Amino acid sequence: MPMEFEYKKLNKQTKMILTILLVLACIIVTYMLDKGMIGTSYTVRIVRISVIYALIGVSMNLVNGFTGVFSLGQAGFMAIGAYSVGVFTIPVADRANVFYLVPMSEKIVNVELSFGTALIMGGLLAAAFAALIGAPVLRLKSDYLAIATLGFSEIVRALIANNQMWPFTNGSLGLKSIPSFNSLFVPVIISVLGIAFMVMLINSSYGRAFKAIREDEIAAEAMGINLFKHKGMSFIISAFFAGIGGGLLAVHLTAIDTNQFKIMVTYELLLIIVLGGLGSVTGTVISAFLISFGKEILRWFDAAHYIGAWQIPIFRPGLRMVIFSLLLMSVVLFWRKGIMGRKEFSWDGIYNFLRKWPWVVKHILSGDYEKASREKRKVKSDGRATDKAGRAQSRLKIKKQKEEDSRAK
Amino acid sequence: MEATTLFQNVVTGVSLGSAYALIAIGYTMVYGILRLINFAHGDIFMMAGYFTIFAISSFGMPWYVAILFVILATVVLGVLIEKLAYKPLRESPRMSIMISAIGVSYLLVNSATYLFTGLPRAFPELGFLQKVYQIGDISAPIVTFITPVVTLVLLFALMYLVNHTKTGMAMRAVSKDFEAAKLMGIEINRIITITFVIGCSLAAISAILYFSPRPMVYPFSGLMPGLKCFVAAVLGGIGNIPGAVIGGFIIGIAETFLVAVFPAMTGYSDAFTFVLLIVMLLFRPTGLLGEKIAEKV
Repeated sequence: MPMEFEYKKLNKQTKMILTILLVLACIIVTYMLDKGMIGTSYTVRIVRISVIYALIGVSMNLVNGFTGVFSLGQAGFMAIGAYSVGVFTIPVADRANVFYLVPMSEKIVNVELSFGTALIMGGLLAAAFAALIGAPVLRLKSDYLAIATLGFSEIVRALIANNQMWPFTNGSLGLKSIPSFNSLFVPVIISVLGIAFMVMLINSSYGRAFKAIREDEIAAEAMGINLFKHKGMSFIISAFFAGIGGGLLAVHLTAIDTNQFKIMVTYELLLIIVLGGLGSVTGTVISAFLISFGKEILRWFDAAHYIGAWQIPIFRPGLRMVIFSLLLMSVVLFWRKGIMGRKEFSWDGIYNFLRKWPWVVKHILSGDYEKASREKRKVKSDGRATDKAGRAQSRLKIKKQKEEDSRAK
Repeated sequence: MEATTLFQNVVTGVSLGSAYALIAIGYTMVYGILRLINFAHGDIFMMAGYFTIFAISSFGMPWYVAILFVILATVVLGVLIEKLAYKPLRESPRMSIMISAIGVSYLLVNSATYLFTGLPRAFPELGFLQKVYQIGDISAPIVTFITPVVTLVLLFALMYLVNHTKTGMAMRAVSKDFEAAKLMGIEINRIITITFVIGCSLAAISAILYFSPRPMVYPFSGLMPGLKCFVAAVLGGIGNIPGAVIGGFIIGIAETFLVAVFPAMTGYSDAFTFVLLIVMLLFRPTGLLGEKIAEKV
């Protein structure tokens, strides 16, 4: 074992094979879950909610993490998507049952759309709303923008639940009997396509403009980036996918009402993307799964527990959410980068992450904590450390190498 | 609208507006000093409502002791939040401290759901406050008449504190320029703590006045008043204390009249506040009394 850990790259072929294996594994797991070979219908539900939250989370990260616009209107866009899908996919025969208090408007009572059409319509409607409010709101500065978008999502909720909208949205009674997914593949594929689109956008020249705006608005504008256009684009696309995600959520839940799109939902989504890392797509996806499964695992705290015949008083419904929010608070306070920071998942990253532990452990055992933490932080793709001391060292090494080369000549 | 109904609505609107004004002062002061929207402020207000329930219904305190207890408990909660959740992030970007505030709000709502269950709790009677009182044809609980008086008294006391005492001078200095104030030997942390103490005690008083004429407190009952009061603070010009009070009155009165004049619009009363906000931000982003700030590069 050499004295110091060296960053090594995997070759391209290995990475390709690993990627193909991962994709295959995902497909097989999805297939097995879908056919009930592994897990229960309960697991399937959690996976479904995870992929939906991953899509909405990435859409929110596009605005908040990549463009640096602090928007809190996601719940409103989700509600628009969810209601578009809900209203138009309830089978015509069931509609009288759902709209039992105020009959459905005659204009739409016989209009039933397929799931796909309704979903796209929901997304487009959300995007249209985003364009409408984006024009005034995106001119505002960060905190005002947060409050204005938050306000917008409340306005949407009020509109949906309002008396005049009853014939269309069934007001505060909510919608039910929305036909569910016929396969787990439906939400998975839609989410994957949506996320792939956003990744492509982020890696394009538009994405680079978004990131420039995030880093420094004034500098970006000076470099000739049209702030309003790019912010608007990011905002509208984000709203589109939030609408799609909301539509999927409606189908997942099969029954929705306006209370499911309160501000709390946006807060929760924000905490998901913070845990994953503001500005990391893979981080958001990992975090969406982690949080959806974590919340279910924490259900243990909600159940009553006994020592002998004595019921331990602290275990009662609600404890789980307290623990959950405490965990999230500790992430916000002590681990601000979240799981991935601004990095993305890469095979090189994983490979070196696993490889460097022997060195880290060695240094810890020999009592050299400083060195250990420096090894831990070595992450740059060319093997350079990210901290100052490490950078100086690697510069020195490169210099030596060059000297040796020139001597060899 | 008949004269009696009109007056009745004015009284209700002014009373609601004064309760909003007290919360809005808390927002505006914290924003003025830390440049932070304290998203948890509405939930601190909600907790104060629960503290009142506990003080009176569970511990059986007389109402004057209960009010002191509620103010004290709310202040402790608010200062604790500042020390634990905002202070460690003071040097970091503004977005992370805002996220922390949202996290605290989430935590408070979840804690309230756990501790007091999600079911609405009845708000207890506080001494004479709920007795119905009649002036001419207008009848309302005494608290409705008292609220504006309390608010104005507190406003003048606060204005005196800010404009005529040393602490107030330090506060103004910190809100003008954080760094320079630090260099001048002002203890920033002490000033911030004082700000939170003031903001939270006003929120506690407001909670007692706001919930008294209303029957219930539930874990989400702080969210909407919280957001509305932030809007009130923006409306009056953020960082400006009289502005916050004016904003509170505007929103309280407008909301009451919207419901009274157009009963069909009741569902929109929350939405209306935000429409007001967006319109305001478009035409006068600095608020009614706010100063224009030049953007620094």
